[in-house]
Amino acid sequence: MINRDIVIIGGGPAGLAAAISCYENGNKDIIILERDNSLGGILNQCIHNGFGLHTFKEELTGPEYAARYISQVHALGIDYRLNTMVIDINKDKVISSINETDGLMQIQAKAVILTMGCRERSRGALNIPGYRPAGIFSAGTAQRYVNIEGYMPGRQIVILGSGDIGLIMARRLTLEGALVKMVCEIMPYSGGLKRNIVQCLDDYNIPLRLNHTVTKIYGKERVTGVMVSEVDENRQPILGTEEYVECDTLLLSVGLIPENELSRKALVKINAKTQGPEVDECLSTSIPGIFAAGNVLHVHDLVDYVSMEAALAGKNAVKYVNGLFKPGFSIIIEAKNGVRYTVPGTINPNNAEDITVVRFRTGDVYRDAYLSVYLDDERVTHLKKRILTPGEMEQIIIPKKWFAERPNLQKITIMVEKE
Amino acid sequence: MYDIVIIGAGVVGSSIARVLSKYDLKIAVMDKEADICEQTSKANSGIVHSGYDAHVGSMKAKMNLRGSKMMESLCKDLDIPYRRNGSLVLAFSKTDLPKLEALKDQGDANGVEGLQILSTEEVLLMEPNLSNEVTNALYAPTGGIVDPFKLTIAQAEVACQNGVEFKLKTKVIDVEKHDDYFIIFTDKGEFKTRILVNAAGVYADDVNNQLSAYKLKITPRKGEYCLFDKQVGNIVDKTIFQLPTALGKGVLVTPTPDGNLLVGPTANDIIDKDDISTTAEGLKSVIDRARKSVKQIPMGFVITAFAGLRATEQNGDFVIGEAIDVPNFFNAAGIESPGLTSAPAIGEYLGAMIANRLNAIEKSDYIKTRTDTVRFESLSLADKANLIKENPEYGKIICRCELVTLAQIKDAIHRPLGAKTIDGIKRRTRAGAGRCQGGFCSPRVIEILAKELHLDPREVAKSDSNSVMLIEFDKDSL
Repeated sequence: MINRDIVIIGGGPAGLAAAISCYENGNKDIIILERDNSLGGILNQCIHNGFGLHTFKEELTGPEYAARYISQVHALGIDYRLNTMVIDINKDKVISSINETDGLMQIQAKAVILTMGCRERSRGALNIPGYRPAGIFSAGTAQRYVNIEGYMPGRQIVILGSGDIGLIMARRLTLEGALVKMVCEIMPYSGGLKRNIVQCLDDYNIPLRLNHTVTKIYGKERVTGVMVSEVDENRQPILGTEEYVECDTLLLSVGLIPENELSRKALVKINAKTQGPEVDECLSTSIPGIFAAGNVLHVHDLVDYVSMEAALAGKNAVKYVNGLFKPGFSIIIEAKNGVRYTVPGTINPNNAEDITVVRFRTGDVYRDAYLSVYLDDERVTHLKKRILTPGEMEQIIIPKKWFAERPNLQKITIMVEKE
Repeated sequence: MYDIVIIGAGVVGSSIARVLSKYDLKIAVMDKEADICEQTSKANSGIVHSGYDAHVGSMKAKMNLRGSKMMESLCKDLDIPYRRNGSLVLAFSKTDLPKLEALKDQGDANGVEGLQILSTEEVLLMEPNLSNEVTNALYAPTGGIVDPFKLTIAQAEVACQNGVEFKLKTKVIDVEKHDDYFIIFTDKGEFKTRILVNAAGVYADDVNNQLSAYKLKITPRKGEYCLFDKQVGNIVDKTIFQLPTALGKGVLVTPTPDGNLLVGPTANDIIDKDDISTTAEGLKSVIDRARKSVKQIPMGFVITAFAGLRATEQNGDFVIGEAIDVPNFFNAAGIESPGLTSAPAIGEYLGAMIANRLNAIEKSDYIKTRTDTVRFESLSLADKANLIKENPEYGKIICRCELVTLAQIKDAIHRPLGAKTIDGIKRRTRAGAGRCQGGFCSPRVIEILAKELHLDPREVAKSDSNSVMLIEFDKDSL
């Protein structure tokens, strides 16, 4: 058994930022365990630009953004293992991992930071009827084929789901020579960023079919086409609207699922809405000393926020190892009226930073609405928003001074209001 | 000239081939697909039925009982997952009780051991997640679950290691009877054989009807299924049936030997023998009907859906044995449920008959066992560590959901009748069978298949040569 102060599981953007933050906050006894053959995670295949506007005030590609953190990890001499798969964590923070050179490696950690990221929802989760031929890919898998391996998964493409990866791949595949026939979105709005709709679809004349879905897949060996249907307000296909679209490939960009199989092994409590761990203001999970950040916690829209969140988890992991956490009453944050969830879900004022950033997404599109914060029954924030959409993460700032002014505060409520 | 040609490399053809491979005979198995276990055998419930369903005195009853008895020791010989988890047939009203009792009587008459009628309390104590509507259940402690891919592949491997030739991608076009031999015309040429065995699944009537005046009619009866994540695999422990209907055993809810939850199948007679597409209505009806048995079907955890075809013969029973009017032509036709359970018994029964006909002599060097690809995920930490020490490629995870290593995938490729396709790897190792359905591992599996089989990645297919995954290089179309 090896002993380490802090073990970081996953060397993607969250893991890298968490590690650097641990180091900068004074703890150098850390190790990153990464299952892939390089650090950087999914950023390595995101060769488009648009990363880092908030963090570096410039537009970087995914690999460039990752490289800034990776070079810092190298410069600081932070320890990491590649091709290393964590197969178990228990609640006592013993981490079991395997790789080719170390074999089975068991580490007793004082603190653990979960940064495993997420995976793509597959066809099965949608139960799209039809055959099961070759030619059905999740958008991220196709991205890997095109950007890392150098192969095209098809020539004539239909994309189901307008998540960001799907939008990015519509442009990428077009640039690489494929014909992207359409992007279908079952909802009346896109699940992706507005800028991606403009830059990846509109600029290339790729139609976005809102309120449309794929209702059958054709082709016994390779996809030969899909049936596309319009859906009603209950997302049920409308009879008579079926349109057969010939294609050899169906890409799915229908949502991301935080990868919390390991968290469950450690008995970390999982939130049903985010499918990530329930965390407090320090990003501590229900198991003391186990922290979480990035897409394993909740699916982000911008990597910049992943890095910021992970830095906070790193800082708090160091605090935890140093025994600096103070017990105290936790104020509940309630998500209401269109706010689907909040991260964090509770705040203990004794451990809160000067400001606590509460991140969340709305469950629907709201125009000219207000984001409101109530401290118990008192409305303290009322922000006019031109548009709120599920594709974009929102945030609210909670200053620490609010707690000092209200020692009996029980509950913070965040909600969308019409006026 | 072959002594025996078996048409069909499903679980039945493979069982027959395994049994006959212990004799000193020249045997070939032919199949139009690129791998064994590509049709009915790959898409079924994976249940070892205890044998109360089949009518007393039927071939189904006889083979089911014998197959169920053989299964445990056979699975041990084949080194494949099998679990005797028991099964329950649920009744939802007191008026159903006589039907349950009739089923029990039939089972008792068939020789099924240990059948019991349970009260509501007894059922719910056994399976707390069942619907509160349950009034009684028939409990069959001898029911079991098996991996249908492994049961087929492992038997084919045993046959192969004992000298049986497998001619895959070989489509039988016509068969001709001559005085003391048959000619089989295929898209890969003609073959002669003294004995012809028809294990052609939904196509078995076509083969039979070319030779025999006693015509068979096989209707493909489609069954659709939903498979759930392992996280919800323990919602039930036993295999949960409802009372059977005219079309079959109805929708079941069962754990699989690998720990997933399986729900299905529907039963719809169709025309197209290749139509294994799922349908919106089918999937909906599977779930609706499963909800009758189990309180909460966790829809958020569906990882895939699939459909298979039962080879339903018009007379409703298995057709097993020598055709009355065609000596040396043996049928194993109409093998619908309980076909998987029965397959080893069908192999034993027909194998003995055929060996006897040929006065076959047993080989001295017959090897009846085989070792499965290591199931890394199920090993203890210490065993995992030792294995990596022996072969570091066990330390290289390829499929993260099912914890499948490089060493396992290479073994699956290079063993007898090794995998040549992505589906072949999946069925032998479970890489790609997990919750992400190959999202992360398929690029790596393609790379490994290409490297080990000296293929261009553009030639690597999902299941056959027309199902390639990668079409061309980036920018080739520009």
